[in-house]
Amino acid sequence: MTRARAVGVPRLLWVPAALAAGLLVLPVLALVLRADWGSLPADITTPAALDALRLSLSTSAAATGVCFLLGVPLAVVLARADGWPADVLRALVTLPLVLPPTVGGIALLYLLGRRGLVGQSLDEWFGITIPFTTAAVVIAQAFVAMPFLVLSVEGSLRTAGTRFDVVAASLGAGRWTVLRRITLPLVRPGLVSGTVLCFARALGEFGATALFAGNSPGVTQTMPLAIYSAFNGAGVTQGTAVALSLLLVLAAVAVLLAARAWRPGRAA
Amino acid sequence: MTSLHAEVVLRRREFTLDVTFAAHPAEVVAILGPNGAGKSTLLAVLAGHLLPTSGVVRVGERTLTAVRDGSADVAVRPEHRSVGLLGQDPLVFPHLSARENVAFGPRATGTRAADAGRVADDWLASVGLAGLGARRPDALSGGQRQRVALARALAAEPAVLLLDEPFAQLDVRTAAELREVVREQVRRTRTATVLVTHDVLDAVALADRVVVLHDGHVVEQGRPLDVLTDPVHPFTAALAGVNLVVGRLVAQPDGSTALAGPDGVLVPCDAPEPGGRAQVTFPPGAVVVGAGWPARVVDLEPGTTGVRVRTSGDVLVDLPPARAAALDLRVGAELRLSVAAEHVRVRSLA
Repeated sequence: MTRARAVGVPRLLWVPAALAAGLLVLPVLALVLRADWGSLPADITTPAALDALRLSLSTSAAATGVCFLLGVPLAVVLARADGWPADVLRALVTLPLVLPPTVGGIALLYLLGRRGLVGQSLDEWFGITIPFTTAAVVIAQAFVAMPFLVLSVEGSLRTAGTRFDVVAASLGAGRWTVLRRITLPLVRPGLVSGTVLCFARALGEFGATALFAGNSPGVTQTMPLAIYSAFNGAGVTQGTAVALSLLLVLAAVAVLLAARAWRPGRAA
Repeated sequence: MTSLHAEVVLRRREFTLDVTFAAHPAEVVAILGPNGAGKSTLLAVLAGHLLPTSGVVRVGERTLTAVRDGSADVAVRPEHRSVGLLGQDPLVFPHLSARENVAFGPRATGTRAADAGRVADDWLASVGLAGLGARRPDALSGGQRQRVALARALAAEPAVLLLDEPFAQLDVRTAAELREVVREQVRRTRTATVLVTHDVLDAVALADRVVVLHDGHVVEQGRPLDVLTDPVHPFTAALAGVNLVVGRLVAQPDGSTALAGPDGVLVPCDAPEPGGRAQVTFPPGAVVVGAGWPARVVDLEPGTTGVRVRTSGDVLVDLPPARAAALDLRVGAELRLSVAAEHVRVRSLA
């Protein structure tokens, strides 16, 4: 691939650009420098740390699965729907993105708590209580992460348009066949990046989880909550928090790199 | 082996589409018309993407659309109509190989993968792409992609094939080759074919019958040769590059008859007797500059063999380059024009 020489950017632009990069990169660097490398292996292999990591990975995976199974159909419906109801729904779907996650946690409590809108019935009829369980962690993560998947997939679907779908239908393909063999394969890049973003967001989720699921080690204490506890905990050194943070950074970087390698067209 | 029969009326605010036509097995019917004539709307109705206000679309004995006064009695969904599409953009599925593209129709209708692959290879061979089945669309040229799209459309064995300006984006030579492939395959499969175009060349090279659409209405139809050499409607005349003048038949001092058109245009013609309204057609190359009716140059453009001069009264004159240069033509220049009666076809108007 040859690339034409671009016009170039004004030199002055480098200053704010460098500041922005610094703002994003330097904190992580500071974290790395602050780490006590001697005690790091011990810190991240404590039973509590491993529990938190295991819980974080499994709940995030479950939440991503839920988001994929429910979010992709929602994205398809939104992308193909017209009119004001679709516009309103689209705005509502993005709400968790702009809402502070703590507000999301409270909202989830009012919906699914023991005295909540739906939670009360669940408790009375089926004896199911959701708050402060591992299921609550997954629900809180899905709540904050799903918009990333829906927006990414919906955007790709809109860009792809419906022209290929029309051709496929003219060849005798029913709606399921068109969706499975044409519509979704065409937006694979959006599906992959949306899923990765969704997983990364679930992994980092703190606020809604703290309020809706609590901070019970082994049950609802995910990495972010474990880090928070270690940082504020009496008697525990902040070194543990740093070590756990590094572990989370590592996990996030691994996910993002894996997604880059996955990107179609790069490998081919 | 089935024919298409369509009666379509569709009203939309200012615009009314009102077309009735048929396409028989192995026949290519060209729907010729300018942009906005309603061609795309008509195709959308045939393909089942749009319901007409009223009308019927039938393929053989099977009714695909039947609408009376806005309420649909029958509206078969696009995937069940057996109506194939080939548009300007080939729209070859980019994530599938050429073979998988062609096999898509058979696969979607239940053919086993291995069989569909063999069918696809046969079709690729018959459009001249033998051996390229494994290619991805981005490794094919524009003409090859359009061939894949044609093979894909035909592999689904449609009862009717709709072609929507399928050659518009191809270079002249590739377009000519592909027209040949389309013609061959349509004849071979005896598929009733509707070709929508505003390119007169498509109609001449491919169509058995031409339906000229203007402002939503059929203004004339017939064999391409007849329609284009003796057009009835000004749009067809413009398309065919033929002059069409409407006027009144008047007696000339020498006893002959001529047609007096607007802006002083006076065209001699072999009309039986003067008195009625009539229209005449004559080719721009038959117009002679020197004597005759007074005219003014309106604009100049390159013609196929020299200069095409548009004169007052909307009469086109084709001149060889040397003659044009000798006349020192300029916009606004005064000319005198004449045409011999033997080049003029006359049609009396009621």
